[in-house]
Amino acid sequence: MDAATLLIQVLNGLQYGLLLFLIASGLTLIFGIMGVINLAHGSFYMIGAYLAFWLTGALGNFWVALPAGIALAVVLGIALEWLLIRHLYQRDHLYQVLLTYGLILVFEELRSLLFGDDVHGVTVPDPLNFSIRLTDTLSYPVYRLAMSAICLALAAGMYLLIARTRLGMMIRAGSVNRDMVQALGINIGLLYRLVFALGVALAAFAGMLAAPASSVFPGMGNQVLIISFVVIVIGGLGSIKGALVAALLIGLADVFGQVLLPQISGMTVYLVMAAVLVWRPRGLFGSA
Amino acid sequence: MTDIDAKRAPSRRKFLKTATGAAALTAATLHAPFVIAQRSKIKVGLMLPYTGTYAQLGIAITDAFKLHVDESGGALGGRGIEYAQVDDESEPAKATDNANRLVEREKVDVLVGTVHSGVAMAMAKVAREAGVLTICPNAGADALTGAACAPNIFRTSFSNWQPAFPMGKVLADRGIKNVVTLTWKYAAGEEAINGFKEGFTQAGGKVTKELTLPFPQVEFQALLTEIASLKPDAVFVFFAGGGAVKFVKDYAASGLRRTVPLFGSGFLTDGTLQAQGEAAQGLETTLHYGDGLILPKNLAFREEYRKRTNRDADVYAVQGYDAAQLLRIGLEAVRGDMKAKKHMIAAMGSAVIDSPRGKFTLSKSHNPVQDIYLRKVVGMENKVESVAYKALADPARGCKMA
Repeated sequence: MDAATLLIQVLNGLQYGLLLFLIASGLTLIFGIMGVINLAHGSFYMIGAYLAFWLTGALGNFWVALPAGIALAVVLGIALEWLLIRHLYQRDHLYQVLLTYGLILVFEELRSLLFGDDVHGVTVPDPLNFSIRLTDTLSYPVYRLAMSAICLALAAGMYLLIARTRLGMMIRAGSVNRDMVQALGINIGLLYRLVFALGVALAAFAGMLAAPASSVFPGMGNQVLIISFVVIVIGGLGSIKGALVAALLIGLADVFGQVLLPQISGMTVYLVMAAVLVWRPRGLFGSA
Repeated sequence: MTDIDAKRAPSRRKFLKTATGAAALTAATLHAPFVIAQRSKIKVGLMLPYTGTYAQLGIAITDAFKLHVDESGGALGGRGIEYAQVDDESEPAKATDNANRLVEREKVDVLVGTVHSGVAMAMAKVAREAGVLTICPNAGADALTGAACAPNIFRTSFSNWQPAFPMGKVLADRGIKNVVTLTWKYAAGEEAINGFKEGFTQAGGKVTKELTLPFPQVEFQALLTEIASLKPDAVFVFFAGGGAVKFVKDYAASGLRRTVPLFGSGFLTDGTLQAQGEAAQGLETTLHYGDGLILPKNLAFREEYRKRTNRDADVYAVQGYDAAQLLRIGLEAVRGDMKAKKHMIAAMGSAVIDSPRGKFTLSKSHNPVQDIYLRKVVGMENKVESVAYKALADPARGCKMA
């Protein structure tokens, strides 16, 4: 492998990692702060992708569809939290697993009824619909680079929100001691609803952003669910910083696994996970 | 019957035997004309996916199968047809139970299915043990008409080896010497790549690297970079469904098509063109069907199918239609008497099926001997350019019948 190819592969790894971070961040947020294991996270990703497909067709422009889709996802998140999730905070994780697994089935069936089982595509939106030439044979799609930039911006934004704002302080406090925060006069129910909606919106946003670079198809959510769990387990449950580092690590491991160890490329990310967990059982940035 | 004598006390067993015999005789005499006038229906067990990723394929196969039965007046070989349907969900873990449900509880005369190769293999095992006549309208696992072949198992679709093999010669004839292959690391992909490799090597080409990625992963960027650094003369791939859409788009966006042409097994561009859009234009693939095939039978079939379902026919519909045709030929040969199974199987084995894809026959291992077309994506259609291989038979490796 020459130097140029190596550099491009590193770029591939980082770029994939950033997308993984975007997908997994909502999951780690919901788990870390609310203590809810949300198996339906992949479904929210799928919903995002289908929203992008449907709204781009209906509104005629991806850039208009994006905020509209996010708004719908926030509404969906609030509604789900109010209707279902809030009844389970005091219960065992098993109930959450059952409920959110049920949601996967419901959303898959709804998707089948509303959109059918065909594969769909979203065209890459206009100003970004070109590639930069890297070598004599290979070009890099600009949309992918833009995705990476958006993911980075979002990572920074989330860090600032959680670590530097009053809302972030309340969220952090709520994750440590729910009752105490409530006793201090903060509406914890509303706070949780916001966090859940934010998590749903992040997953849906990831799906919308990925739709033009990928395709929109049945069962797409289940594929990202497992890798998202791998990312948040390596990063340490609930840690945004951990999710970012873990996502980049997984991205690189996956890319170089495919290139250097093709025979076991399906296993490389899990080997990395096993190694990290042996070294740090709570993940890279997991709190004790 | 006359040995019942009130004065002699017959043993209980003897009495029962005689009484049953008498009852049966009476029943037979009374109902015989009625039975002949209205023979029972043939029960066809459709074991196909109606939910999940392959639901669309299962529905297309079912619709086309029923289309042919209805065209034939709702009866095949003089027997009416009734259906028992099971949704196999493309779930190999449930395959044995689902097949047993049709064979044992529903007591079907014929099994038709399925799409997923893993499910089809489990289903074939049940069929082989129970001796139920089975027609596979899609699943391409080589073993189905290879190592696991059986007299009662037929296939009206293809083996994974089959559509890929002819592309080898096509590429070699164009002066292409070095090819890199790429697919998911799973049976269908590997069998297709093996088919291509065999054809290409025979024609003097060389596969320089076989790239794979785990099924059903769709992050191709690393392997595209690898291809760009290897700089082969061409790339041959096997992908289907959502993965095919993403791969074709990614390949176009990577700019590789300018320097390294892309070829594939036909599933790369079947049922995916709408989603692939611009990126698929001009792609050449090999398959046993092309929606743009200009044959009277195909045009008529497409029109009827469209009228019935309001959808355009695809390769899966064609395979389902031909499954019904094959069953019709078998039933006609024995005038609807499924007990003459040997005779029926022989008739099916030597059938000439007038398929929308063009006439085909069956090999000794019961897989189609069919023309493989070279197709090119033009607009929203896989336009047939030429016949890449005339009457191609699968090698049926490991089949003891052949």
